[in-house]
Amino acid sequence: MADKQNWQPLGRDELAMRVAQDIPEGWSVNLGIGIPTLVANYVPPQREVIFHSENGILGMGPAPTPETLNPWLVNASRQHVTLRAGASLMNHADSFALVRGGHLDLCVLGAFQVAENGDIANWARSDDETAPAIGGAMDLAAGARRIWAVMEHVTRSGEKRLLRRCTYPLTAKGCTSRVYTDLAVIDVTPRGFVVIDTVPGLSFEELQQRTDAPLSRE
Amino acid sequence: MIDKFVRSVAEAIAGIKDGSTVLIAGFAQVGEPRALIDGLIETGACDLTVVHNTAGRGREGVARLIGEGRVRKIVCSFARSRGSVLFEEVYARGGIELEILPQGTMAERMRAAAAGVPAFYTPTAAGTKLAEGKETRVINGRECILEYALPGDVALVEAWRADRWGNLVYRDAGRNFNPVMAAAAQLTIVQTQQVADLGELPPETIVTPGIYVDRVVHIECGDPPVKIE
Repeated sequence: MADKQNWQPLGRDELAMRVAQDIPEGWSVNLGIGIPTLVANYVPPQREVIFHSENGILGMGPAPTPETLNPWLVNASRQHVTLRAGASLMNHADSFALVRGGHLDLCVLGAFQVAENGDIANWARSDDETAPAIGGAMDLAAGARRIWAVMEHVTRSGEKRLLRRCTYPLTAKGCTSRVYTDLAVIDVTPRGFVVIDTVPGLSFEELQQRTDAPLSRE
Repeated sequence: MIDKFVRSVAEAIAGIKDGSTVLIAGFAQVGEPRALIDGLIETGACDLTVVHNTAGRGREGVARLIGEGRVRKIVCSFARSRGSVLFEEVYARGGIELEILPQGTMAERMRAAAAGVPAFYTPTAAGTKLAEGKETRVINGRECILEYALPGDVALVEAWRADRWGNLVYRDAGRNFNPVMAAAAQLTIVQTQQVADLGELPPETIVTPGIYVDRVVHIECGDPPVKIE
């Protein structure tokens, strides 16, 4: 009989919810495309977190209803958004000056790979990609005060994604401070990956089997 | 009397030479000067270098300009993306040169041009493939790359309101690249949804001072399309 798996990976929304738990009131935060965008849905409205979008919005609110939809308000993922009380608008150069200048407390980015030295790769799965869609990922990765990567722990075919060194083209070097996967929360520290939290029932050894770089316990 | 208004798109867009660098504003079709892009296509100008956030989506606007073979080089942050079919066709047959830039670096290169700063060092993209061939220097312990100012011969801009001096305000996320492109070009051409009398726009709300603007045409094109992605 095959080993019975006693644990369940987090779904996309559960993972977004887990990230949202750790964002305190008062932070200014940019959410990347994909699962990171879902994080906003799980920050309770009474907790004042200021969401930034690269196209010049600070203070995004929830998605609009059909009645409140404003065609002039989109975020960097091309989704319609609302403004909350206190929001401000700026041009693209100012929006990225804010990013590059280190004024964002946090950027949550999706990732293909993260290395134990904090390198992140999230725009190409091969060196042969000649016409990529990079957008603002490199600016955010280099500029925000903290980078949290959100990803599935291994690929669908089981390839490891938390590595000693990234094999895909980098988005930025050494910037990632924490990784949220569907299996665990892992800090990136000077001594490498440190496990903070795992899904219930998953052992440290099972997590290590699915991770290329060595893990250590908190 | 200073009056930058012209009566037609043809008049607004006149005189764009082959080989020009054209900055085209807009983000996700919001604040995108679609009438001016169509006008540019009508003029037949070719061999253009176009600076725009994407390499075009669908079959209209920047995508059509590329599809009709007018663009020698596209400078953008999103090349291959959902709906970039015309770019991909032309790129696959080697019909267009591509310069990929991080979005913030692209914006800052234009701001530098507008501000008379010939080049600057930035940590963005340091140590990545996009840094290849660029001058690198460690500043305050951090690896940075040298990026040059990116001026335009022409900027195409969409405003929400404009007065006859060319003072501009924008609507919501329609601001995006518009102010930085307006300031970074030799010839700045604006389409505006609404016209304000001189003195009607409160000075503290003007985002683009008229000094940057050369021509304005009144085009009521309505709301951007609602996205159902």
